Amino acid sequence: MPEPTYIITAVLVSSAVTWALRAAPFAFLAPIRHSALLPYLNESMPVGVLTILAFYTLRHTPVDIAPQTAAAAAALVTTAALHIWRKNAVLSVVGGTTVHVAIASTLPLFS
Amino acid sequence: MTSPAVAPSTSPPPSPTTGLGNEVREGLRIVTPAALAALPMGLAFGVVVSQSPLAWWWGPVFATVIFAGSLEFLVLGMVVAVAPLAQIAATAFLVNFRHVFYALSFPLHRVHGRGAKVYSTFTLTDEAWALTTGPQAQRWSRRRILTIQAALQVMWVAAVTVGALVGTLIPDSVVGLDFAVTAFFLVLTIDAFRVRRSVPAPVIALLCALGSYLLFGDGMLVAAMTAFVAILLIQYALTRVKRRSAHA
Repeated sequence: MPEPTYIITAVLVSSAVTWALRAAPFAFLAPIRHSALLPYLNESMPVGVLTILAFYTLRHTPVDIAPQTAAAAAALVTTAALHIWRKNAVLSVVGGTTVHVAIASTLPLFS
Repeated sequence: MTSPAVAPSTSPPPSPTTGLGNEVREGLRIVTPAALAALPMGLAFGVVVSQSPLAWWWGPVFATVIFAGSLEFLVLGMVVAVAPLAQIAATAFLVNFRHVFYALSFPLHRVHGRGAKVYSTFTLTDEAWALTTGPQAQRWSRRRILTIQAALQVMWVAAVTVGALVGTLIPDSVVGLDFAVTAFFLVLTIDAFRVRRSVPAPVIALLCALGSYLLFGDGMLVAAMTAFVAILLIQYALTRVKRRSAHA
C-alpha cells in the first residue's frame, strides 16, 4: 500500500507537468508556429503513443492458454470490431469491457 | 491541424442584448454533448479507483488535480506499483505532449486576467480544445469559454466520484473491469490511425513497446515512447534530405 504523501506528490507532479505543457506553449510556440516539424509530430505521434499505452495496460497478461489471456483476446477483438463498425467510443469501451468481465469472472469457475 | 488566423484581441465585446447569464447558458449549450460523452469514462475511472488498493476518495482528488483523463488511469497504475516520481513525470510529459499543439488555436487572448488565464490553461483538455478550436470561437466571450471549461471539469469530477462510490458496491466475484482502460486506449488508437492510415506507425510503436518491456519491465513507458519519437524524427530528417536532394 503506497504512502499518502507519495501518492499526493505523484498527483502534484503529474498535474504540474500537464499544466506546463498546456500553458507554456502560449509563450514559446509563436516563433516555431511555421515549422513543418510540429504538424508532422502532431499527426504521427498520437497513434504510436496510444499503441504503446494500450500495450502497457496489458503487459502482465500471460502469453498462454489461460482464462486471462482468452478474456483479453476476446475483449480486444470485440472492442476493435465494434469501433471499426460503429465508430462509437462509448459503445466500443462498454462492449469490450463487458466481454472481458463476463469471461474473466466465469471462465476460472470451469477450469 | 489548421491554425485559424488570430483574431484581433480588440474585437467588440458581446452586444448588450447578450447578457452575462446568456453567455453562461450558451456555454452550457455548447458543452453538453462533450460533457455527456465524457461521463462513461469518468464513471469507469471511478470504478477502477474503487477496485484498486487506494481509498475511493483518491478518485475525485486525481480527477480535480490532474484533470487529464488518460494520464489519471496511468498514474493510478503507477502509484499502485510505487513507480519512481521521475518515471511518473516523464510519462506525464510524453502522454500529454499533444497539448503543446493546442496553443496554436485556443483563443486564450479572449480570456482576460491572470487568474482566468491560469484556470483556462489548467483545464485546456482535449475536449475543451476541440470545442473552442473553430474560427467562430476566436470571438467568444471570456465567460462563455470559462463556462465550457468549468462545466467539463465539474462533470468529470462528478462522474469519477459517482463511479468510485458505486464501484465499492461491486462484489469481489466480478473481475476484469480494469479492461476499460485498455479498451479506451485501443479506441483512441483506432481513431488516431484514421488520421493518416499509415500501417508502419502502430507496428513500429508495438515493437518499441515490446522491446522496452523485455528490457525494462514495468518501467517500459519512457523508453518505448522515446524510441518511437526518435524513429519519427529520423524518418522526418530522412524525408527532408530526400526532398532536398530531389530539388538539387
